Amino acid sequence: MMLRLAPVLLVALLVVPILAGLGMALLPAFGYLPALGGDSLSLAPWRALFAEPGIWRSATISLASGLLATAISLAVVLLYLAAATGSRLDRWIRRLISPLLSIPHAAAAFGLAFLIAPSGLVARLASPGLTGWERPPDLLIVQDPWGLSLIAGLVIKEIPFLLLMSLAALPQLDPERRVAMARSLGYRPALAWWKVVAPSLYPLIRLPVYAVVAYASSVVDVAMILGPTLPPTLAVSILGWFSDPDLDKRFLASAGAILQLGVTATALAIWWGLERVASRLMSLWIERGGRRRGEVGLHVAGKLWILLATAIAFVGIAGLAIHSVAGFWRFPDALPGSFTAAHWARVLPSLAGPVASTALIALCATLLAMVLALAALENEQRRGRHPSRALWLLYLPLIVPQIAFLFGLAVVMEQLGTRPTHALVAFGHLLFVLPYVFLSLSEAYRRFDPRWSQLALTLGASCNGTFWRVRLPMLLAPILTALAVGLAVSIGQYLPTQLLGGGRVTTVTTEAVSLAAGGNRRVIGVWALVQAVLPLVGFILAVGLPRLLWSRRRGMQGAP
Amino acid sequence: MPIRLLAAAAPVALLLSGPAAAAPDPTNWEAVLDEARGQTVYWYAWAGEQRTNDYIDWVAGRVEAQFDIALTHVKVGDTAEAVSRVLAEKQAGNHDDGNVDLIWINGENFATMKANDLLFGPFAGSLPNFALTHPEHNPEVVTDFTLPTEGYESPWGRAQITFYYDSHELRGDSDEVAAPPQDIPALLEWAEANPGRFTYPRIPDFTGSTFLKQALIELTDEEQALYAPVEESDFAAVTAPLWDYLDALHPHLWRSGRLFPATGPEMRSLMGSGELALAFTFTPSEPAAAVADFELPESTRSYVPKGGTLGNVHFVAIPFNSPHKAGAMVVADFLLSPEAQAHKQDLAVWGDHTVLDVARLDDETRALFALDESNPAMLPPDALQQTLPEPHPSWMTALQDAWQARYIGN
Repeated sequence: MMLRLAPVLLVALLVVPILAGLGMALLPAFGYLPALGGDSLSLAPWRALFAEPGIWRSATISLASGLLATAISLAVVLLYLAAATGSRLDRWIRRLISPLLSIPHAAAAFGLAFLIAPSGLVARLASPGLTGWERPPDLLIVQDPWGLSLIAGLVIKEIPFLLLMSLAALPQLDPERRVAMARSLGYRPALAWWKVVAPSLYPLIRLPVYAVVAYASSVVDVAMILGPTLPPTLAVSILGWFSDPDLDKRFLASAGAILQLGVTATALAIWWGLERVASRLMSLWIERGGRRRGEVGLHVAGKLWILLATAIAFVGIAGLAIHSVAGFWRFPDALPGSFTAAHWARVLPSLAGPVASTALIALCATLLAMVLALAALENEQRRGRHPSRALWLLYLPLIVPQIAFLFGLAVVMEQLGTRPTHALVAFGHLLFVLPYVFLSLSEAYRRFDPRWSQLALTLGASCNGTFWRVRLPMLLAPILTALAVGLAVSIGQYLPTQLLGGGRVTTVTTEAVSLAAGGNRRVIGVWALVQAVLPLVGFILAVGLPRLLWSRRRGMQGAP
Repeated sequence: MPIRLLAAAAPVALLLSGPAAAAPDPTNWEAVLDEARGQTVYWYAWAGEQRTNDYIDWVAGRVEAQFDIALTHVKVGDTAEAVSRVLAEKQAGNHDDGNVDLIWINGENFATMKANDLLFGPFAGSLPNFALTHPEHNPEVVTDFTLPTEGYESPWGRAQITFYYDSHELRGDSDEVAAPPQDIPALLEWAEANPGRFTYPRIPDFTGSTFLKQALIELTDEEQALYAPVEESDFAAVTAPLWDYLDALHPHLWRSGRLFPATGPEMRSLMGSGELALAFTFTPSEPAAAVADFELPESTRSYVPKGGTLGNVHFVAIPFNSPHKAGAMVVADFLLSPEAQAHKQDLAVWGDHTVLDVARLDDETRALFALDESNPAMLPPDALQQTLPEPHPSWMTALQDAWQARYIGN
């Protein structure tokens, strides 16, 4: 009965490495790591950590950027849902979510950096006509010490994630009828949505929101590209200490990893507190019963902000494309003086290896995750169980900061003498791919009309036969979408690849991020564009395959 | 107690990873070539520069064809990462099956590895092509930041601080190009007159750290102290003029000194986008190469300030626990071959200066090294004669720590 073991295996796969990793960060944080000569517990690593220049500033910026990025993304998503549901913009945005979500964080961050830098596209378009700038202004925009550009980069990527999660949860609430009811009482549409749908929606997307808080407060790749540098965010500092030739810094890095865990936990606690306050304020607002005031503002904001965020993401990618073929490009010319394929020709030979590794790792991690997720869901169906309460464990890898436990895992592997291999990296990716695959598949799987299976069973098919010949083919579209999500998540992973691969396993993401330091925008443009296109291939296949295979059965082609 | 288990499992895992081959004897070159055949060499090399990466790709193709060696470039953002890896392996008891076979190195990283007995050698003197560097006439190929290399690393290329500027930008309203600054005090005056148009890479980047050393050499009264370990002198007293200088300079830098580019190449990209008007590099032909690559405008000009600038040689070394020492030695020797050195110096490829003694090569080989003087961004051929020697490596680390304590988090 392999199937019955599936949920246990799934949870063990997620929980054991995280606990082991955290343990291996916790012990060295208190000076215990015999292999490096630390065999007694002490507070020395903590004293060294707090003596690091700018450590408190690092921690504060991590905390603040986590909270602000989440608050802004959530506000934009809710405003949009209230103002635009059912409109033409809505259909258009819904079609764009998947490609938006598939853009890896690093590529989106590069796109934003190339856009808003003082010598970026925006300044070029406005100069010298509007601004009078003949040369790039000396303004501190990208990598500003307050982390504002970092927050902007995170917001652009978290909006599609929260939007997707909200759209998945909304049907349970029957928002159209709720809004219709409120409108019959005289509420304007957007106000009605805020007052009768939003309060019930939030509890359904609370876990994804917590995942965003945790991610934004501990992100590494985006912070390396857009975040402050003197000092960098806490997570980036930790990565630096981990690779310092002075091995005593490893103890310091472990203490830093535990501090990061504390920072993320604090961010979550503050968020929880904010939830209380917001819910109190919301009740007051709802009870007051205003039916019209603020409608126009809500309506405009709802459409404006999401349009802005979407436009920035896509124009950013377009900017990457222009840079990747640009000849010399003097400021303030809006377009390069000449175009050349030289950068592509130069990078192409070295592209094959990393692209192949990326694809191999992504396919292994995603397929394995899919098998586990299907087994767990099928087990749930056959035993007539409701989704188990252990579900929140799925969010564990998304809520515990990556740097806190991956770092410990890497120490474990190093002490074991394990050579960094593709398999090890794929295993690391599995931790992050599995939750996303499971979450995006579970909704469709559980909503699958049970009468189809019952019918098959009555006709004499076995349980397995029903699964293979009825359920699987009919769920092809959501399964492929979940696969595409898994591939996109794996392709975007930076830290697990870097730490578990020991630098030997290179993917397009590690290549692109390591080139960030080189600052050659043309080469970065090429790599970031490749990085952005790869997951898109997965999504195109996910949408195209069911239409091709079931070209004569429209009901099975999946959502348009 | 998971720790105990791990500590117990580590040696077992090592035993399983196979018996160690005896280290090859560098003096028996035929045997080394035989042993190298079929090996995979993992070369940990800084990868912040596309041109360098492309050159290493080319080397990989050549050693595959000539010696049947599979060379893999493991791209690191900072050489310290590779040093840290070897050190951690040694601490974990991994003495003969390390991950790193070859490492691009010099300065404080070499000093760290040598001090911790992390290097294989001596081997450099036995490489057939090493003789072409004529160390008896060129002591810099066997000296790394004042430390004798003693054959534990093999020279690969030369670097010297070279300034470059956009003559179009410096011209201003007149037709005459204003003279670029010729020493460190003049640089401050220039920055005051052109606020926001100069910067240096963020410490601990090696190009940025080299700028600190250059400034220190010119500003301090106790220059001799820099050529001995830092512990032997009064660090605060020797470096006081440097901090006064930087405190005065920073407000006039790009972004008012609140943000620094991460690396030299990023600084070059800021020159390309017109944010800076004056910059410097550690690779003298980099500006000319960048013009050819459309990264810098054709009005770019290079120069070496009158008093000379810091220069050094960069090397490759082999960790003590590399399982592919023979292959690594063959690669190190190939890197010294006239073919590889000339290809490396080619502006269209990388532009890194050769370590071979070109004057003592035979005529046919010497012709390979002719510099392209038609590129206006290229240095005049005699510009690199004023080379200041690198201080003791301990100064690098001490300066980096002091800079970070002073300028981070304010």
